[in-house]
Amino acid sequence: MQTDLVQEARRQAEICNACRYCEGYCSVFPSLHAERAFSDGDITQLANLCHNCRGCFYACQYTAPHEFDLNLPKALAEVRRDSWESFAWPQPLARRFHTHGGAIALALVIGFALMFWAIRAIGSVAGDDFYAVLSHNAMVAIFAPAFLLPLFSIGFSLRCYWHAVGGKPIQPDDLKAALSRAARMQDLAAGHGEGCNFEDEDRFSQTRRYVHHAIMYGFLLCFAATSIATIMHYGFDLHAPYGFWSLPKLFGVSGGVLLTVGCCAMVLLKQKSDRNLGDVSAWGGDIGFILLLGFVGLSGLVLYAFGSSALMAMLLAIHLGSVLALFLLTPYTKMAHSFYRLAALIRDAQRKRDLSVVR
Amino acid sequence: MAAQTEVYDIAVIGGGNAALCAAMTAAEAGARVLILETAPKPYRGGNSRHTRNFRCMHSGPLGPLVEEYNEDEYLSDLLKVTEGKTNEDLARLAIRKSEECLPWMEEHGVRFQPSLSGTLSLARTNAFFMGGGKSLVNAYYRTAARLGVEVLYEAAVTHLELNGDRIEWVDYTWEGQSHRIRPNAIIVASGGFQADTDWLIRAWGPAAGNFLIRGTPYNRGVVLADLLDQGVESVGDPTQCHAVAIDGRAPKFDGGIVTRLDCVPFSIVVNKNAERFYDEGEDVWPKRYAIWGRLVAAQPDQVGYVIIDAKSLNLFMPSVFPPLKAYTLEELAKMMGLPVDKLTKTVAEFNNACDDTSGFHPTELDGVSTSRLTPPKTNWARPITEPPFYGYSLRTGVTFTYLGLKVDEAAQCSTPSGKIQNLWAAGETMAGSILGQGYLAGFGMTIGTVFGRIAGREAASYAN
Repeated sequence: MQTDLVQEARRQAEICNACRYCEGYCSVFPSLHAERAFSDGDITQLANLCHNCRGCFYACQYTAPHEFDLNLPKALAEVRRDSWESFAWPQPLARRFHTHGGAIALALVIGFALMFWAIRAIGSVAGDDFYAVLSHNAMVAIFAPAFLLPLFSIGFSLRCYWHAVGGKPIQPDDLKAALSRAARMQDLAAGHGEGCNFEDEDRFSQTRRYVHHAIMYGFLLCFAATSIATIMHYGFDLHAPYGFWSLPKLFGVSGGVLLTVGCCAMVLLKQKSDRNLGDVSAWGGDIGFILLLGFVGLSGLVLYAFGSSALMAMLLAIHLGSVLALFLLTPYTKMAHSFYRLAALIRDAQRKRDLSVVR
Repeated sequence: MAAQTEVYDIAVIGGGNAALCAAMTAAEAGARVLILETAPKPYRGGNSRHTRNFRCMHSGPLGPLVEEYNEDEYLSDLLKVTEGKTNEDLARLAIRKSEECLPWMEEHGVRFQPSLSGTLSLARTNAFFMGGGKSLVNAYYRTAARLGVEVLYEAAVTHLELNGDRIEWVDYTWEGQSHRIRPNAIIVASGGFQADTDWLIRAWGPAAGNFLIRGTPYNRGVVLADLLDQGVESVGDPTQCHAVAIDGRAPKFDGGIVTRLDCVPFSIVVNKNAERFYDEGEDVWPKRYAIWGRLVAAQPDQVGYVIIDAKSLNLFMPSVFPPLKAYTLEELAKMMGLPVDKLTKTVAEFNNACDDTSGFHPTELDGVSTSRLTPPKTNWARPITEPPFYGYSLRTGVTFTYLGLKVDEAAQCSTPSGKIQNLWAAGETMAGSILGQGYLAGFGMTIGTVFGRIAGREAASYAN
């Protein structure tokens, strides 16, 4: 971890701890106010709890030009990104993508190339629809490791995180509490439930929260579609292509629409926000990641629309190439935030549980 | 002088809570309102930026407030801190009207939150703003804009021209030019004069040069002085103000809440000669913090030194600057610039005077006191023996001065020959009518909200 970033966040947290006006906004402040001194692990946990809703910045009496110069959303965003890079494994990949949108674009191009190559080199001897272009076994051979290796990597990173923030064995209640907050994106709603301060200075708005919902639920629907299709394939011997009124298609199409629309809206929304209230150096990487995620959704929809045309083989390569890039980059891009955020919420649920036991 | 073509019904001078309440109320009554705020936009809102709650009467649970807080109890709390120096009619008006203010504030964008950690003693009496005073100010500016109120930042009013029983002209500078407008009615809500150190020194004597100002550097009392010079009736003693003892390392202006020190009840406090001068354990801190500003102001060089030992460090809210820390009292005395022998003697005398401490209870009056010591410490008196020892310096932090404009129950100003037809005042600039001395937490916002709304209503009905 970069000590200067942690030290600056600590300086600010100590001022916040003497003020406490923001206690009602989000999970960060009750957690912060429970300490008198902040270890590096405490700062890491606070940074990952922070959803960058910016309510505290606009409410703060100590922002510049005041000499205390508080900008907690920015300080925590910088520590947060640094923590993801520090915990990432393997390390040579860790610091390439968060701050470099171009590296994400390059990975996407490599993804396309790999899939074109796979289709030419491996292809398919028999099969319907997409499987006529690339056999099911070939797809599994590529995507099973492309899915499992990043999961393994992020699992390793999360263990490091959990150790750093003093996590304890997880109980079902912790998980329930964390999932409930994440499912509603409660930390983007402020204590009064009216949303966050993002696209129009201090005005509270639900836009970012709903756009994030679209992306998160869009992604989960797409993921569910693939999972269901896998179960249908292996469990019930029901092979693709599936009709529109099948579960994989219904989930996939609705998820694809949500993902595409959500990612476009998020990029537009970010353009309206004040970059200086976040991690400025991660701007390119964040935008690159959102565009990649949106592209996965859009290319999936286009593939569905033109799946029976002559363009299908090309569209398939493009879609699968983007999925490949997204999966493989999961531990090294903004995609990782979902794992860390959930871990931080679970840790915070444990803190609250300990508190209620003490009482 | 720049030509002024715009015509406003009402000019509101100031941009804090009282000004905004007045502006919104007047705009809702149909008036065309202009706010002239001296501060630049990031510092808008005067001292309201630093506030956090609103003391509110209520006959049953109301918003974030629990149980009941009735008019008589509220008034008796006020009489205790002011020792009776209040205008009881105006005080009762502020108290009575506070109850209807809370829902009004919510309607105008303010959001409340449960009492903050470390402030449980206020959960019944004070409603806390979510995000504090700046978020209240932000919400009010948004609502005011929606109601058509216009705001000029960095607009410094220099003169209100009183002619007989009317203010004829409002002069101000903006963007390097002088301007002059002629609104039908004027509301003054531009606070006290505490940020004008020269005025403070004239009122207090040279000691005031050492005072710190807890809030905005923009409340220099320019309009107040201008009106007093023209014979507008005043109220309040120029030496009275809301002053607390704050960390001596705080910035000269705008240190706000984080510079407060809550450790006095668990400490001994000495002056620069290492002598104790007041009972540190007289009462719980929320009831005593407001007298320590004056106590420290009366000491040589207007400075005090708080000394605690290791067993008390975690009994109070953390403050923004860490304490000085030493493993012996001698070392601490040197770090703090105190006479070493005298400090060790003072501590030894205090320690010898401590009795049985088994009844120590940090959050209630525990009666753990000294015996045969002058001045005594009547609660939480535990010997200072356990290293490391910690020290803070204390200075007087002025929140706002009480010399102000005298108003009636309609918030209207007057001269000795009668009412000024088109001049009203609200907030800290007239709070001296109610706060003759002392301070009650959250009452400044109550006065600002109640009288801001009254002034807005009265001015709009006159202007229309």
